[in-house]
Amino acid sequence: MNRILKILFVLLVLRPIVLIVLGLNVKNRNKLPMNGPAVIAANHNSHLDTLVIFSLYPLSKIHKLRPVAAADYFLSNKLLAWFSLNVIGIIPLSRSGEIDKGKLFSGCHEALDAGDILILFPEGSRGEPEKTGQLKKGIFYLLKDRPDTSLIPLVTHGLGRALPRGEALLVPFNCDVVVGDKLPVPDTSGDLIMILNQKFTQMLNLCPTFHEEE
Amino acid sequence: MLNTIPVNSLYVMLAVAGLLVLASLVVYGLKVINHDKDYTELQQRVTSWWWMIGLLFVFLLLGGNYIIAFFGFVSFLALKEFFSILPTRQADRNVLFWAYLSIPLQYYWVSIGWYGMFIIFIPIYMFLFIPMRMVLKGEVDGFIKAAGIIQWSVMLSVFSLSHIAYLLVLPVQNNLAGGAGLVLYLLFMTQLNDVSQYVWGKLFGKHKIIAKVSPNKTVEGFVGSLVTITLVSSVLAPYLTPLNMMEGIVAGLIISSAGFIGDVVISSVKRDLKIKDSGSMIPGHGGVLDRMDSLLYTAPLFFHYIYYLYY
Repeated sequence: MNRILKILFVLLVLRPIVLIVLGLNVKNRNKLPMNGPAVIAANHNSHLDTLVIFSLYPLSKIHKLRPVAAADYFLSNKLLAWFSLNVIGIIPLSRSGEIDKGKLFSGCHEALDAGDILILFPEGSRGEPEKTGQLKKGIFYLLKDRPDTSLIPLVTHGLGRALPRGEALLVPFNCDVVVGDKLPVPDTSGDLIMILNQKFTQMLNLCPTFHEEE
Repeated sequence: MLNTIPVNSLYVMLAVAGLLVLASLVVYGLKVINHDKDYTELQQRVTSWWWMIGLLFVFLLLGGNYIIAFFGFVSFLALKEFFSILPTRQADRNVLFWAYLSIPLQYYWVSIGWYGMFIIFIPIYMFLFIPMRMVLKGEVDGFIKAAGIIQWSVMLSVFSLSHIAYLLVLPVQNNLAGGAGLVLYLLFMTQLNDVSQYVWGKLFGKHKIIAKVSPNKTVEGFVGSLVTITLVSSVLAPYLTPLNMMEGIVAGLIISSAGFIGDVVISSVKRDLKIKDSGSMIPGHGGVLDRMDSLLYTAPLFFHYIYYLYY
Protein backbone atom coordinates (compact mmCIF):
# COMPACT_ATOMS: atom_id res chain seq x y z
CA MET A 1 0.00 0.00 0.00
CA ASN A 2 2.67 2.46 1.04
CA ARG A 3 4.71 1.48 -1.96
CA ILE A 4 1.78 2.33 -4.25
CA LEU A 5 1.28 5.68 -2.50
CA LYS A 6 4.93 6.46 -2.96
CA ILE A 7 4.86 5.56 -6.66
CA LEU A 8 1.71 7.61 -7.25
CA PHE A 9 3.20 10.58 -5.41
CA VAL A 10 6.39 10.44 -7.47
CA LEU A 11 4.56 9.92 -10.76
CA LEU A 12 1.72 12.41 -10.37
CA VAL A 13 3.16 15.14 -8.16
CA LEU A 14 6.91 15.01 -8.00
CA ARG A 15 7.93 14.31 -11.58
CA PRO A 16 5.66 16.95 -13.15
CA ILE A 17 6.95 19.57 -10.67
CA VAL A 18 10.59 18.61 -11.08
CA LEU A 19 10.32 18.34 -14.86
CA ILE A 20 8.22 21.40 -15.67
CA VAL A 21 8.47 23.88 -12.82
CA LEU A 22 12.10 23.17 -11.99
CA GLY A 23 14.07 21.44 -14.72
CA LEU A 24 17.25 19.55 -13.88
CA ASN A 25 20.75 19.41 -15.28
CA VAL A 26 21.98 16.03 -14.07
CA LYS A 27 25.65 15.05 -14.27
CA ASN A 28 26.73 11.39 -13.89
CA ARG A 29 23.24 9.99 -13.40
CA ASN A 30 24.71 6.54 -14.08
CA LYS A 31 26.70 6.73 -10.83
CA LEU A 32 23.55 6.66 -8.68
CA PRO A 33 23.46 3.48 -6.60
CA MET A 34 20.62 1.31 -7.88
CA ASN A 35 20.94 -1.32 -5.16
CA GLY A 36 21.55 -1.13 -1.45
CA PRO A 37 22.89 -1.18 1.06
CA ALA A 38 24.06 2.31 0.17
CA VAL A 39 24.14 5.79 1.65
CA ILE A 40 23.77 8.91 -0.48
CA ALA A 41 25.38 11.84 1.33
CA ALA A 42 23.95 15.08 -0.05
CA ASN A 43 24.22 18.78 0.70
CA HIS A 44 21.02 20.25 2.09
CA ASN A 45 19.40 23.52 1.04
CA SER A 46 15.73 22.79 0.67
CA HIS A 47 13.01 20.22 1.19
CA LEU A 48 13.23 19.78 -2.54
CA ASP A 49 16.61 18.04 -2.17
CA THR A 50 15.05 14.76 -1.14
CA LEU A 51 12.26 15.04 -3.66
CA VAL A 52 14.64 15.73 -6.53
CA ILE A 53 16.69 12.63 -5.66
CA PHE A 54 13.45 10.64 -5.69
CA SER A 55 12.65 11.89 -9.16
CA LEU A 56 15.98 10.58 -10.49
CA TYR A 57 15.11 6.96 -9.71
CA PRO A 58 13.01 4.59 -11.79
CA LEU A 59 9.61 3.88 -10.26
CA SER A 60 10.61 0.27 -9.65
CA LYS A 61 13.35 1.40 -7.24
CA ILE A 62 11.88 4.28 -5.28
CA HIS A 63 10.53 2.13 -2.46
CA LYS A 64 14.20 1.41 -1.66
CA LEU A 65 14.90 5.12 -1.03
CA ARG A 66 14.78 6.11 2.62
CA PRO A 67 15.58 9.69 3.63
CA VAL A 68 16.97 10.01 7.13
CA ALA A 69 15.07 12.95 8.61
CA ALA A 70 14.84 14.85 11.89
CA ALA A 71 12.17 13.35 14.14
CA ASP A 72 11.55 16.65 15.95
CA TYR A 73 10.59 18.34 12.68
CA PHE A 74 8.91 15.70 10.55
CA LEU A 75 6.97 14.02 13.34
CA SER A 76 5.90 17.34 14.86
CA ASN A 77 2.30 17.11 13.66
CA LYS A 78 0.04 14.22 12.71
CA LEU A 79 -0.48 14.99 9.05
CA LEU A 80 3.20 15.65 8.34
CA ALA A 81 4.17 12.57 10.33
CA TRP A 82 1.76 10.35 8.39
CA PHE A 83 2.97 11.74 5.07
CA SER A 84 6.65 11.49 5.99
CA LEU A 85 6.44 7.95 7.33
CA ASN A 86 3.98 6.40 4.90
CA VAL A 87 4.42 8.21 1.60
CA ILE A 88 8.04 9.37 1.70
CA GLY A 89 9.22 6.55 3.95
CA ILE A 90 11.59 8.54 6.14
CA ILE A 91 13.70 7.03 8.87
CA PRO A 92 13.18 9.40 11.80
CA LEU A 93 16.34 10.40 13.64
CA SER A 94 16.39 12.04 17.03
CA ARG A 95 18.45 15.22 17.17
CA SER A 96 17.97 15.87 20.88
CA GLY A 97 20.94 13.77 22.00
CA GLU A 98 18.89 11.98 24.65
CA ILE A 99 19.02 8.60 22.94
CA ASP A 100 21.98 6.32 23.48
CA LYS A 101 24.51 6.44 20.60
CA GLY A 102 24.21 2.71 20.01
CA LYS A 103 20.47 2.86 19.49
CA LEU A 104 20.37 6.15 17.60
CA PHE A 105 20.97 4.50 14.24
CA SER A 106 19.03 1.29 14.80
CA GLY A 107 16.40 2.31 12.23
CA CYS A 108 19.11 3.11 9.70
CA HIS A 109 20.87 -0.22 10.26
CA GLU A 110 17.63 -2.13 9.84
CA ALA A 111 16.99 -0.42 6.53
CA LEU A 112 20.55 -0.99 5.32
CA ASP A 113 20.28 -4.65 6.31
CA ALA A 114 17.19 -4.84 4.13
CA GLY A 115 19.21 -3.47 1.19
CA ASP A 116 17.72 0.02 1.20
CA ILE A 117 19.36 3.20 -0.09
CA LEU A 118 19.57 5.88 2.60
CA ILE A 119 19.54 9.58 1.79
CA LEU A 120 21.46 11.43 4.45
CA PHE A 121 22.21 15.11 4.85
CA PRO A 122 25.38 15.44 6.93
CA GLU A 123 24.71 19.17 7.41
CA GLY A 124 21.81 18.17 9.62
CA SER A 125 19.66 21.15 8.67
CA ARG A 126 18.91 23.14 5.55
CA GLY A 127 20.53 26.22 7.05
CA GLU A 128 21.17 29.32 5.01
CA PRO A 129 20.09 28.90 1.39
CA GLU A 130 22.82 27.77 -1.01
CA LYS A 131 25.54 27.67 1.65
CA THR A 132 27.00 24.39 2.81
CA GLY A 133 26.98 24.33 6.60
CA GLN A 134 29.22 22.49 9.06
CA LEU A 135 29.02 18.73 8.41
CA LYS A 136 28.08 16.50 11.35
CA LYS A 137 29.93 13.36 12.34
CA GLY A 138 26.94 11.02 12.64
CA ILE A 139 27.43 9.65 9.15
CA PHE A 140 30.85 8.30 10.17
CA TYR A 141 29.45 6.39 13.15
CA LEU A 142 26.75 4.94 10.94
CA LEU A 143 29.20 3.70 8.32
CA LYS A 144 32.33 2.74 10.28
CA ASP A 145 31.29 -0.84 11.01
CA ARG A 146 29.49 -1.40 7.73
CA PRO A 147 31.95 -2.33 4.98
CA ASP A 148 29.00 -3.70 2.96
CA THR A 149 27.53 -0.22 2.49
CA SER A 150 28.69 2.08 -0.30
CA LEU A 151 28.88 5.83 0.28
CA ILE A 152 27.99 8.07 -2.65
CA PRO A 153 28.28 11.86 -2.46
CA LEU A 154 25.65 13.94 -4.28
CA VAL A 155 25.41 17.67 -4.70
CA THR A 156 22.44 19.79 -5.71
CA HIS A 157 22.52 23.46 -6.55
CA GLY A 158 19.72 25.94 -7.10
CA LEU A 159 17.07 24.29 -4.95
CA GLY A 160 17.76 26.75 -2.16
CA ARG A 161 16.83 29.48 -4.64
CA ALA A 162 13.65 27.69 -5.72
CA LEU A 163 12.38 26.89 -2.22
CA PRO A 164 14.59 28.01 0.67
CA ARG A 165 13.96 27.32 4.34
CA GLY A 166 10.99 29.16 5.75
CA GLU A 167 9.47 30.13 2.39
CA ALA A 168 6.24 28.77 0.93
CA LEU A 169 6.53 30.30 -2.54
CA LEU A 170 8.14 27.98 -5.06
CA VAL A 171 9.95 30.01 -7.73
CA PRO A 172 10.98 28.12 -10.88
CA PHE A 173 14.71 27.63 -11.41
CA ASN A 174 16.72 25.06 -13.28
CA CYS A 175 18.70 23.08 -10.75
CA ASP A 176 21.87 21.05 -10.96
CA VAL A 177 22.49 17.59 -9.61
CA VAL A 178 25.97 16.08 -9.63
CA VAL A 179 26.52 12.49 -8.55
CA GLY A 180 30.02 11.61 -7.36
CA ASP A 181 32.12 8.45 -7.28
CA LYS A 182 31.79 5.93 -4.46
CA LEU A 183 33.88 7.08 -1.46
CA PRO A 184 35.95 4.94 0.88
CA VAL A 185 35.26 5.38 4.60
CA PRO A 186 38.48 6.48 6.39
CA ASP A 187 39.46 5.60 9.97
CA THR A 188 38.42 8.79 11.73
CA SER A 189 35.34 10.98 11.63
CA GLY A 190 37.47 14.08 11.00
CA ASP A 191 38.91 12.55 7.84
CA LEU A 192 35.50 11.62 6.51
CA ILE A 193 34.17 15.13 7.09
CA MET A 194 37.21 16.56 5.34
CA ILE A 195 36.81 14.25 2.31
CA LEU A 196 33.10 14.99 2.06
CA ASN A 197 33.71 18.73 2.25
CA GLN A 198 36.30 18.53 -0.50
CA LYS A 199 34.00 16.45 -2.70
CA PHE A 200 31.05 18.79 -2.19
CA THR A 201 33.14 21.81 -3.18
CA GLN A 202 34.58 20.05 -6.24
CA MET A 203 31.17 18.88 -7.37
CA LEU A 204 29.53 22.29 -6.81
CA ASN A 205 32.06 23.78 -9.21
CA LEU A 206 30.74 21.45 -11.92
CA CYS A 207 27.28 23.05 -11.71
CA PRO A 208 26.49 25.49 -14.54
CA THR A 209 24.27 27.56 -12.24
CA PHE A 210 26.94 27.87 -9.54
CA HIS A 211 28.84 31.15 -9.27
CA GLU A 212 32.17 31.47 -7.49
CA GLU A 213 31.24 34.55 -5.48
CA GLU A 214 28.40 32.78 -3.65
CA MET B 1 -10.67 21.47 -33.31
CA LEU B 2 -7.98 20.87 -35.90
CA ASN B 3 -6.87 23.99 -37.62
CA THR B 4 -6.72 23.74 -41.39
CA ILE B 5 -3.22 24.71 -42.41
CA PRO B 6 -3.14 26.71 -45.68
CA VAL B 7 -1.70 24.74 -48.56
CA ASN B 8 1.69 26.48 -48.96
CA SER B 9 2.46 26.17 -45.27
CA LEU B 10 1.47 22.53 -45.38
CA TYR B 11 3.90 21.85 -48.21
CA VAL B 12 6.71 23.59 -46.32
CA MET B 13 5.94 21.48 -43.26
CA LEU B 14 6.10 18.35 -45.40
CA ALA B 15 9.39 19.53 -46.92
CA VAL B 16 10.84 20.10 -43.43
CA ALA B 17 9.71 16.62 -42.39
CA GLY B 18 11.43 15.33 -45.53
CA LEU B 19 14.65 17.11 -44.52
CA LEU B 20 14.44 15.44 -41.12
CA VAL B 21 14.05 12.01 -42.70
CA LEU B 22 17.05 12.80 -44.91
CA ALA B 23 19.11 13.89 -41.87
CA SER B 24 18.23 10.70 -40.02
CA LEU B 25 19.19 8.60 -43.06
CA VAL B 26 22.53 10.43 -43.36
CA VAL B 27 23.33 9.81 -39.68
CA TYR B 28 22.35 6.18 -40.08
CA GLY B 29 24.52 5.90 -43.19
CA LEU B 30 27.50 7.49 -41.42
CA LYS B 31 27.15 5.02 -38.57
CA VAL B 32 27.13 2.08 -40.97
CA ILE B 33 30.11 3.33 -43.02
CA ASN B 34 32.49 4.27 -40.15
CA HIS B 35 31.18 2.27 -37.24
CA ASP B 36 34.30 2.90 -35.16
CA LYS B 37 33.56 6.65 -35.01
CA ASP B 38 31.32 8.07 -32.33
CA TYR B 39 28.22 9.78 -33.71
CA THR B 40 26.34 10.03 -30.42
CA GLU B 41 26.16 13.82 -30.41
CA LEU B 42 25.07 14.05 -34.05
CA GLN B 43 22.46 11.38 -33.40
CA GLN B 44 21.20 13.26 -30.32
CA ARG B 45 21.03 16.49 -32.30
CA VAL B 46 18.87 14.93 -34.99
CA THR B 47 16.62 13.16 -32.48
CA SER B 48 16.13 16.47 -30.65
CA TRP B 49 15.23 18.13 -33.95
CA TRP B 50 12.53 15.52 -34.43
CA TRP B 51 11.11 16.36 -31.02
CA MET B 52 11.27 20.13 -31.42
CA ILE B 53 9.82 20.19 -34.93
CA GLY B 54 7.32 17.47 -34.08
CA LEU B 55 5.98 19.46 -31.12
CA LEU B 56 5.86 22.68 -33.14
CA PHE B 57 3.91 20.99 -35.94
CA VAL B 58 1.45 19.32 -33.58
CA PHE B 59 0.67 22.68 -31.98
CA LEU B 60 0.52 24.44 -35.36
CA LEU B 61 -2.05 21.84 -36.43
CA LEU B 62 -4.03 22.40 -33.23
CA GLY B 63 -3.81 26.11 -33.98
CA GLY B 64 -5.69 28.88 -32.15
CA ASN B 65 -4.79 29.36 -28.50
CA TYR B 66 -2.90 26.08 -28.32
CA ILE B 67 -0.04 27.29 -30.47
CA ILE B 68 0.03 30.63 -28.62
CA ALA B 69 0.23 28.79 -25.29
CA PHE B 70 2.99 26.64 -26.77
CA PHE B 71 5.13 29.70 -27.49
CA GLY B 72 4.28 30.99 -24.01
CA PHE B 73 5.70 27.79 -22.58
CA VAL B 74 8.85 28.24 -24.66
CA SER B 75 9.17 31.75 -23.18
CA PHE B 76 8.83 30.23 -19.72
CA LEU B 77 11.63 27.75 -20.40
CA ALA B 78 13.85 30.51 -21.78
CA LEU B 79 13.19 32.86 -18.86
CA LYS B 80 13.79 30.07 -16.36
CA GLU B 81 17.10 29.32 -18.01
CA PHE B 82 18.14 32.98 -17.87
CA PHE B 83 17.30 33.26 -14.18
CA SER B 84 19.08 29.99 -13.48
CA ILE B 85 22.40 30.74 -15.13
CA LEU B 86 22.54 34.40 -14.05
CA PRO B 87 23.29 35.31 -10.47
CA THR B 88 20.09 36.40 -8.72
CA ARG B 89 19.61 37.71 -5.19
CA GLN B 90 17.74 35.65 -2.67
CA ALA B 91 15.77 38.80 -1.80
CA ASP B 92 14.36 39.02 -5.32
CA ARG B 93 12.55 35.69 -5.31
CA ASN B 94 9.16 37.42 -5.25
CA VAL B 95 10.22 39.76 -8.04
CA LEU B 96 11.23 36.79 -10.17
CA PHE B 97 7.84 35.28 -9.50
CA TRP B 98 6.19 38.44 -10.85
CA ALA B 99 8.46 38.30 -13.85
CA TYR B 100 7.17 34.79 -14.57
CA LEU B 101 3.61 36.07 -14.26
CA SER B 102 4.28 38.48 -17.11
CA ILE B 103 4.29 35.47 -19.46
CA PRO B 104 0.60 34.50 -19.25
CA LEU B 105 -0.38 38.16 -19.47
CA GLN B 106 1.81 38.93 -22.46
CA TYR B 107 0.52 35.87 -24.33
CA TYR B 108 -3.03 36.73 -23.35
CA TRP B 109 -2.64 40.09 -25.10
CA VAL B 110 -1.40 38.13 -28.10
CA SER B 111 -4.36 35.75 -28.03
CA ILE B 112 -6.91 38.58 -28.08
CA GLY B 113 -4.89 40.46 -30.70
CA TRP B 114 -4.50 43.60 -28.56
CA TYR B 115 -1.49 45.02 -30.35
CA GLY B 116 -1.25 48.24 -28.32
CA MET B 117 -0.95 46.37 -25.04
CA PHE B 118 1.26 43.63 -26.48
CA ILE B 119 3.80 46.18 -27.64
CA ILE B 120 4.04 48.27 -24.44
CA PHE B 121 3.27 45.83 -21.64
CA ILE B 122 6.84 44.63 -21.09
CA PRO B 123 8.85 47.70 -22.17
CA ILE B 124 6.66 50.12 -20.18
CA TYR B 125 4.63 48.44 -17.45
CA MET B 126 6.89 45.56 -16.49
CA PHE B 127 9.93 47.77 -16.95
CA LEU B 128 8.63 50.23 -14.38
CA PHE B 129 7.00 47.66 -12.13
CA ILE B 130 10.01 45.40 -11.56
CA PRO B 131 12.25 47.98 -9.80
CA MET B 132 9.24 49.15 -7.76
CA ARG B 133 8.60 45.63 -6.53
CA MET B 134 12.30 45.34 -5.71
CA VAL B 135 12.19 48.54 -3.69
CA LEU B 136 9.33 47.19 -1.60
CA LYS B 137 11.65 44.41 -0.49
CA GLY B 138 14.18 47.06 0.50
CA GLU B 139 17.42 45.25 -0.28
CA VAL B 140 19.78 47.83 -1.78
CA ASP B 141 23.00 45.79 -2.04
CA GLY B 142 23.41 44.88 -5.71
CA PHE B 143 20.14 46.60 -6.67
CA ILE B 144 21.31 47.96 -10.03
CA LYS B 145 22.83 44.71 -11.21
CA ALA B 146 19.83 42.68 -10.09
CA ALA B 147 17.36 45.03 -11.79
CA GLY B 148 19.41 44.89 -14.99
CA ILE B 149 19.49 41.11 -14.97
CA ILE B 150 15.75 40.77 -14.48
CA GLN B 151 14.84 43.41 -17.09
CA TRP B 152 17.18 41.92 -19.65
CA SER B 153 15.88 38.40 -19.14
CA VAL B 154 12.23 39.43 -19.42
CA MET B 155 12.81 41.57 -22.50
CA LEU B 156 14.61 38.84 -24.41
CA SER B 157 12.73 35.74 -23.37
CA VAL B 158 9.21 37.12 -23.02
CA PHE B 159 8.96 40.27 -25.16
CA SER B 160 11.18 39.19 -28.05
CA LEU B 161 9.85 35.66 -28.30
CA SER B 162 6.19 36.67 -28.04
CA HIS B 163 6.58 38.33 -31.44
CA ILE B 164 6.59 34.86 -32.99
CA ALA B 165 3.16 34.21 -31.54
CA TYR B 166 1.85 37.60 -32.67
CA LEU B 167 2.65 36.64 -36.29
CA LEU B 168 -0.21 34.16 -35.96
CA VAL B 169 -2.85 36.73 -35.06
CA LEU B 170 -1.96 39.32 -37.72
CA PRO B 171 -4.70 39.64 -40.36
CA VAL B 172 -3.96 37.14 -43.13
CA GLN B 173 -2.61 38.77 -46.28
CA ASN B 174 -1.30 35.73 -48.09
CA ASN B 175 -4.26 33.37 -48.14
CA LEU B 176 -2.26 30.43 -49.41
CA ALA B 177 0.17 30.62 -46.46
CA GLY B 178 -1.77 32.13 -43.55
CA GLY B 179 -0.26 33.08 -40.18
CA ALA B 180 1.51 29.73 -40.01
CA GLY B 181 3.42 30.73 -43.16
CA LEU B 182 5.01 33.71 -41.38
CA VAL B 183 6.03 31.60 -38.40
CA LEU B 184 7.47 28.84 -40.59
CA TYR B 185 9.32 31.40 -42.70
CA LEU B 186 10.90 33.07 -39.66
CA LEU B 187 11.81 29.85 -37.87
CA PHE B 188 13.04 28.06 -40.98
CA MET B 189 15.21 30.93 -42.19
CA THR B 190 16.64 31.56 -38.72
CA GLN B 191 17.62 27.94 -38.18
CA LEU B 192 18.89 27.57 -41.74
CA ASN B 193 21.05 30.62 -41.09
CA ASP B 194 22.63 28.89 -38.07
CA VAL B 195 23.33 25.79 -40.13
CA SER B 196 24.64 27.62 -43.16
CA GLN B 197 26.96 29.84 -41.07
CA TYR B 198 28.36 26.66 -39.60
CA VAL B 199 28.77 24.94 -42.99
CA TRP B 200 30.31 27.97 -44.77
CA GLY B 201 32.61 28.51 -41.80
CA LYS B 202 33.72 24.85 -41.80
CA LEU B 203 34.37 24.87 -45.55
CA PHE B 204 36.04 28.23 -46.08
CA GLY B 205 36.41 29.84 -42.65
CA LYS B 206 39.75 31.63 -42.12
CA HIS B 207 39.24 35.10 -40.66
CA LYS B 208 37.66 35.23 -37.24
CA ILE B 209 35.06 37.97 -36.72
CA ILE B 210 35.10 38.25 -32.94
CA ALA B 211 37.68 35.81 -31.66
CA LYS B 212 37.13 36.88 -28.05
CA VAL B 213 33.49 35.84 -28.00
CA SER B 214 33.26 32.92 -30.36
CA PRO B 215 36.25 31.27 -32.05
CA ASN B 216 33.97 29.45 -34.52
CA LYS B 217 32.51 32.58 -36.10
CA THR B 218 34.31 33.61 -39.28
CA VAL B 219 33.89 36.34 -41.90
CA GLU B 220 33.54 33.62 -44.56
CA GLY B 221 30.80 31.87 -42.59
CA PHE B 222 28.92 35.11 -42.03
CA VAL B 223 29.12 36.34 -45.64
CA GLY B 224 28.44 32.92 -47.14
CA SER B 225 25.37 32.56 -45.01
CA LEU B 226 24.23 36.13 -45.69
CA VAL B 227 24.21 35.39 -49.43
CA THR B 228 22.57 31.96 -49.04
CA ILE B 229 19.85 33.17 -46.71
CA THR B 230 19.13 36.25 -48.81
CA LEU B 231 18.64 34.09 -51.90
CA VAL B 232 16.46 31.48 -50.18
CA SER B 233 14.46 34.15 -48.34
CA SER B 234 13.78 35.98 -51.54
CA VAL B 235 12.50 32.84 -53.28
CA LEU B 236 10.40 31.68 -50.34
CA ALA B 237 8.97 35.12 -49.43
CA PRO B 238 6.08 35.28 -51.95
CA TYR B 239 5.24 31.66 -51.16
CA LEU B 240 4.96 32.00 -47.37
CA THR B 241 4.54 35.73 -46.63
CA PRO B 242 2.89 38.86 -48.05
CA LEU B 243 6.37 40.03 -49.16
CA ASN B 244 7.43 40.08 -52.82
CA MET B 245 10.85 38.84 -53.92
CA MET B 246 12.57 42.24 -53.55
CA GLU B 247 11.20 42.67 -50.04
CA GLY B 248 12.22 39.07 -49.38
CA ILE B 249 15.84 40.03 -50.06
CA VAL B 250 15.72 42.60 -47.26
CA ALA B 251 13.99 40.08 -44.97
CA GLY B 252 16.85 37.67 -45.66
CA LEU B 253 19.47 40.32 -44.88
CA ILE B 254 17.66 41.14 -41.61
CA ILE B 255 17.28 37.51 -40.53
CA SER B 256 20.83 36.52 -41.41
CA SER B 257 22.59 39.44 -39.73
CA ALA B 258 20.23 39.61 -36.73
CA GLY B 259 20.55 35.85 -36.24
CA PHE B 260 24.30 36.23 -36.11
CA ILE B 261 24.04 39.01 -33.53
CA GLY B 262 21.59 37.07 -31.34
CA ASP B 263 23.95 34.12 -31.40
CA VAL B 264 27.01 36.09 -30.32
CA VAL B 265 25.10 38.09 -27.69
CA ILE B 266 24.08 34.88 -25.93
CA SER B 267 27.61 33.54 -26.45
CA SER B 268 28.94 36.62 -24.64
CA VAL B 269 26.57 35.99 -21.75
CA LYS B 270 27.84 32.41 -21.47
CA ARG B 271 31.45 33.54 -21.79
CA ASP B 272 30.94 36.01 -18.98
CA LEU B 273 29.48 33.26 -16.78
CA LYS B 274 32.20 30.83 -17.90
CA ILE B 275 29.73 28.17 -18.98
CA LYS B 276 29.58 26.31 -22.29
CA ASP B 277 25.86 25.58 -22.50
CA SER B 278 22.93 27.35 -20.89
CA GLY B 279 21.38 24.05 -19.82
CA SER B 280 21.03 20.42 -20.77
CA MET B 281 17.36 20.21 -21.63
CA ILE B 282 17.82 19.49 -25.35
CA PRO B 283 20.25 16.59 -25.86
CA GLY B 284 22.94 17.45 -28.43
CA HIS B 285 21.99 21.14 -28.45
CA GLY B 286 22.35 22.25 -24.82
CA GLY B 287 19.71 24.45 -23.24
CA VAL B 288 16.69 26.24 -24.66
CA LEU B 289 18.68 29.48 -24.98
CA ASP B 290 21.41 27.71 -26.94
CA ARG B 291 18.79 26.81 -29.53
CA MET B 292 16.78 30.05 -29.40
CA ASP B 293 19.66 32.55 -29.26
CA SER B 294 19.35 33.75 -32.88
CA LEU B 295 15.58 33.87 -32.64
CA LEU B 296 15.72 36.36 -29.76
CA TYR B 297 16.94 38.88 -32.32
CA THR B 298 15.33 37.72 -35.56
CA ALA B 299 11.77 37.43 -34.19
CA PRO B 300 11.13 41.09 -33.25
CA LEU B 301 13.16 42.50 -36.15
CA PHE B 302 11.44 40.38 -38.80
CA PHE B 303 8.07 41.09 -37.19
CA HIS B 304 8.49 44.85 -37.26
CA TYR B 305 9.83 44.76 -40.81
CA ILE B 306 6.68 43.11 -42.17
CA TYR B 307 4.47 45.03 -39.74
CA TYR B 308 5.81 48.31 -41.12
CA LEU B 309 5.27 47.21 -44.73
CA TYR B 310 1.91 45.46 -44.55
CA TYR B 311 -0.09 46.01 -41.36
